[in-house]
Amino acid sequence: MSTVSYALADSATMLRRQLIRMMRYPSLTVMLVAMPIVFLLLFVYVFGGTLGAGLGGAGDGAAGGRAEYINYVTPAIILMTITSIVQGTMISVAMDMTEGIIDRFRTMAIARVSVLTGHVLGSLIQAVLAITAVLGVALLIGFRPTASPVEWLALAGVLVMMAFAFIWLSVALGLSSKSVESSSNVGLPLILLPFLGSGFVPTDSMPTALRWFAEYQPFTPLIETIRGLLMGTPIGNNAVIAIGWCAAITLGGYLWAKKLFNRESTR
Amino acid sequence: MTTPSQPAITATGLRRSFGDHVVLDGIDLDVPRGTVFSLLGANGAGKTTTVKILSTLIRAGGGTATVAGHDVSTAPDAVRAAIGVTGQFSAVDNLLNGQENLFLMADLHHLGRAGRRRAADLLDQFDLAEAARKPVSTYSGGMRRRLDLAMTLVASPEVIFLDEPTTGLDPRSRRAMWQIVRDLVAGGVTVFLTTQYLDEADELADRIAVLDHGRIVAEGTPGELKRRIPGGHIELRFAGPADLEAAERAMAQTPSRGVAEPQTPSRGVAEPQATRDTDTLALRVPHDGSLGALKALIDRLDAHAVAVDSLSVHTPDLDDVFLALTGNPRPEAAGGNPRPDAETGNPRPEKVATP
Repeated sequence: MSTVSYALADSATMLRRQLIRMMRYPSLTVMLVAMPIVFLLLFVYVFGGTLGAGLGGAGDGAAGGRAEYINYVTPAIILMTITSIVQGTMISVAMDMTEGIIDRFRTMAIARVSVLTGHVLGSLIQAVLAITAVLGVALLIGFRPTASPVEWLALAGVLVMMAFAFIWLSVALGLSSKSVESSSNVGLPLILLPFLGSGFVPTDSMPTALRWFAEYQPFTPLIETIRGLLMGTPIGNNAVIAIGWCAAITLGGYLWAKKLFNRESTR
Repeated sequence: MTTPSQPAITATGLRRSFGDHVVLDGIDLDVPRGTVFSLLGANGAGKTTTVKILSTLIRAGGGTATVAGHDVSTAPDAVRAAIGVTGQFSAVDNLLNGQENLFLMADLHHLGRAGRRRAADLLDQFDLAEAARKPVSTYSGGMRRRLDLAMTLVASPEVIFLDEPTTGLDPRSRRAMWQIVRDLVAGGVTVFLTTQYLDEADELADRIAVLDHGRIVAEGTPGELKRRIPGGHIELRFAGPADLEAAERAMAQTPSRGVAEPQTPSRGVAEPQATRDTDTLALRVPHDGSLGALKALIDRLDAHAVAVDSLSVHTPDLDDVFLALTGNPRPEAAGGNPRPDAETGNPRPEKVATP
């Protein structure tokens, strides 16, 4: 077998390890999937009536506002699902690095990166399941997307691309944290950033400085791309910018993670 | 492939520092194939650092090393393909069960179906078949260590590093681990063993190097090391203080033929005079281990009509070696990591007689 096929075979083995670990320790996955669903319900039923009325659409009273707001906020919640899943990636990578078996892997003639790709692929599967669950709940409570089959397909591709990018970034963040405890903090900005963008309210309702930040931070073009595909709102150059951000985050995260993993074991 | 005449492990001037702290200060090693080499030292002496360098986990700060004929710094993957490492910290996946851990190793070595069979054989061989489907987190310390070693053996490595393989194990698990190591060597594998237990090195090793503060202070077979140090004695125990004093008086007289001073009292470790321990009502008499000397001693006690409660013969062991070579009383005492058995500070009795 060639080097590439060894790397693929080792990655598949490590993915199997990861899937077994996820099934043995399901509470983390459950929590990570539940969080965006709780946010969805919170934003739709608690804030939705008022926020929806503020969107200035055809909303008629609180119920009309809520119906409109669920269509507005679901794309942001979907992106939040990804940032929620990658919190788990950070914790499980940091936890894994404290285990003696990682040193065993380092002394074996395997494709080293497969230790990381196992985590990446595992998290990707988690993300796909979680997004499906969130979309299902959203549809149940009144989310009415206008996407065509082609747009759904494009959406799937875009979401996998985004998840891939943030997962690689969080693998690096998990490797960089000194302990499991600190790894659960480094991901906090990823949870907060969607709020400081166009995810929950339109950016033109924000004060100037914040609006400027909101329009240029990476989450806004990602949300606008998801929203455009689902709801038919104009995407403009957001798709291109989103792809650019994802490529940059993926590459940066991958290279950083690889460098961190190859540094000397300090245990 | 390397030829059998090549050594399994060599090292020349191996050095490593962590910051300002020099951990390895130039060590040389030469381990022939198919032998057990033991690196003996207290905690912090540099044993684990040596294993980490030789197993490609960390780089040497200076010097060169080869394992199975490959240079550890320029051909780490070739080294990795030839070795197995069972570290001091358990290198098993706690969320997987025993069988899954072994399958994981088999798959990473691309062994296919043969790997599954090998895993099943190892589960049987290491007495883990019953627990194969239980999560490793429920395993006892001994089971965990056996699984750890079994995982190392899935790919049949040429050279195996065992870093303190019995630390924290109960006496029975220790003996089981020793037997496993003996079986491995019988199968032609080279074992590089680090330990802080002198008796373990004594039991298993063909050659021993004593590591102290990053330097090898002595190297040789267990027998050679023991010969360098005097320490043999006979211990007499008494029913009461009066007997002890009577015996001491008898011994204080001109030594008779045979109850010899140590053969090589060069380092002044063992005392030529009998020493008493009033608390335990014991008297230690220097002794060369010969039957004649023992008979002479008993005759002499008879002649003075001393009632002896019990008598035991102690040959010099590696405890004495360690004391003399490193200035530390015992590695356990220095490391603060008590061994589960052999808590007494005395050398092991070889045989005990009750006259």
